[in-house]
Amino acid sequence: MTMTKKKTIFTAAVLAVLLAACVVVDMLLPSYHIAVVVIKKATVYSLVAVSMNLLNGFTGLFSLGQAGFMLLGAYAYAVLTIPVDKRPGVYQYFDGGALKFSLPEIFTGFMGDTVGSTVGMLLALLVGGVLAALMAYLIGLPVLRLKSDYLAIATLGFAEILRAFFQWNALGPITNGSNLLKSYPTFSHATPYVILAGLMIAIIVLLINSTYGRAFKAIRDDEVAAEAMGINLAKHKRMAFIISSFFAGIGGGMMAMYMGTIAAAPFKSTLTYEILLIVVIGGIGSITGSVIASFLYIFSSEWLLRGLDSGTFLGINAPGIFKNGFRMAVFSVIIMVIVLFFRKGIMGDKELPDLLDKKARKRKKEAAGK
Amino acid sequence: MQQILPYIINGISVGGQYALIAIGYTLVYGILRLINFAHGDVFMVAGLVMVYATTALPFYVALPLVLAATVLLGFTIERVAYKPLRTAPRMSVMISAIGVSYLIQNLAFYITGGVPQPVTRPIPWISENVIILGASTKRVTLVTPILTILLVVVLVYLINHTKIGMAMRAAAKDFETAQLMGIKINAVISMTFVIGSFLAAVGSMLYFTNYPSVAITSGGMPGLKAFVAAVFGGIGSIPGAVVGAFIIGLCEELIKGAGYTTFSDAFTFAILIVVLCVKPTGLFGEKVTDKV
Repeated sequence: MTMTKKKTIFTAAVLAVLLAACVVVDMLLPSYHIAVVVIKKATVYSLVAVSMNLLNGFTGLFSLGQAGFMLLGAYAYAVLTIPVDKRPGVYQYFDGGALKFSLPEIFTGFMGDTVGSTVGMLLALLVGGVLAALMAYLIGLPVLRLKSDYLAIATLGFAEILRAFFQWNALGPITNGSNLLKSYPTFSHATPYVILAGLMIAIIVLLINSTYGRAFKAIRDDEVAAEAMGINLAKHKRMAFIISSFFAGIGGGMMAMYMGTIAAAPFKSTLTYEILLIVVIGGIGSITGSVIASFLYIFSSEWLLRGLDSGTFLGINAPGIFKNGFRMAVFSVIIMVIVLFFRKGIMGDKELPDLLDKKARKRKKEAAGK
Repeated sequence: MQQILPYIINGISVGGQYALIAIGYTLVYGILRLINFAHGDVFMVAGLVMVYATTALPFYVALPLVLAATVLLGFTIERVAYKPLRTAPRMSVMISAIGVSYLIQNLAFYITGGVPQPVTRPIPWISENVIILGASTKRVTLVTPILTILLVVVLVYLINHTKIGMAMRAAAKDFETAQLMGIKINAVISMTFVIGSFLAAVGSMLYFTNYPSVAITSGGMPGLKAFVAAVFGGIGSIPGAVVGAFIIGLCEELIKGAGYTTFSDAFTFAILIVVLCVKPTGLFGEKVTDKV
């Protein structure tokens, strides 16, 4: 069997096992169980982290606007899916809001309850992604001409401007001002999240392995050389920016789904930093790394290290030390250690199929040693 | 005029506080080409230390202690988080800066318990109310611009007429050549962080005199705005940072005066984007060309 074939089978097997595990978890545990919650949140973070990695790790564009695009996706999803009869309650300060329809309800009309509402929800997610992509196109026009740290600060600025607009009272009939949006439909099980995010990530992987992906990597490694090889810098940068934002938008919509209620407040630059740090932990330039890091990060912060915040950890009872906030403090120290001493992160720039190479290389090394 | 006067006075005062932070950004960027994302958090820590120190100690001990603690923090951050990455790509250093910012905020959350710490004993004299031209305000609003200008004059003298100042200028011009000429580059960089943190501490004491409490997120926005001010004035230039900070402070307060408080932050970033696109070198910046 050739190596490529082996790798494909290996990857497919690992993914199938993970999906099966997720389905089993869904069947055995109720949807409010911490395991289900962790899987949901981690898949959402995975998608957003991978979309950020596409930009920062594969194209070398240091953008910090992710939270802004997620905000767009989240709002688009929530605004389009709140049931019509619940709108007066949600938009109580804005006369029931400006929109008088709900996508899932339109589709249930002629497709039946389950299928119709699912189609409507997916369509709302897609609208969020498209909106984020459009916004990225507009923002990209001026911003993508900037270099490294200026690009970072300008995209960060745009995200803040977006947030201000969403909290503006004049847009209240649509965005509900600075009040919560709630009562929209969500998937209660973890499997839909995993399948959805998995599909999106698969598309990103295909993109990275295409000619476009190679062009992105060439730009990351050396802009001038890439341009000399005939790569249209402006076009490819714009493309990477728009695609990354599209997926961030979808990720934002899924975030809204996971959280159940949303407001503009959590989509601050802190959220972008958090995702950036996840990407760094996983390894800048590794999709697998971003996914693993998201799961590790969410699993430990939501579940494993909970005890650090509530008094008892590993059987040690010390409420004086293990009080609120200790978990995140420990976490940020670990992150700093990774940033300073393990700059490659968990995976470096390797992917899941590359794990098979390791043994082969070791064998080769031994042979060379002899 | 009577109506907008308080906003103008406030704007000048806020501008002065931004200026003191912006200098820290501009000095560090001038030498290391690094946006020190943690600078805003250093500013916040100075505020927290002030709250804790003034409640426990008399002012003549507490205030110097705030200055010393902040300077030590800035120095330590540089030594621990930035120095090991001196030869790493710029992106790694920036990620490290974001990591430090995250760490400081989380540590502050742990120590304060996430509760905003009330400023129970504001610094006397400057926190007293005075009436100027019919508008009531705290004395700190008048003191800030004067103190800012004074400190900037001292700093400009330091940079133009002392040995360490000359070393700083040399390092900003050409990092490697300066090293070859026998300049102790690490000492110079530490010095920039010390100066930056010192000014941020002064700015913090003035800033939080006007506010009822210090929260762990209080540093983020002023920090980013001060950075925008530094870019606006031309990053690397001290007079530029000061002028930029005053303009941004004034605009922000005037927008609040016009009733668009939601957009006062957004406006600052709009300025940033316009400046970056139209004149990336800012008001007083030098033109830098990229070589292959």
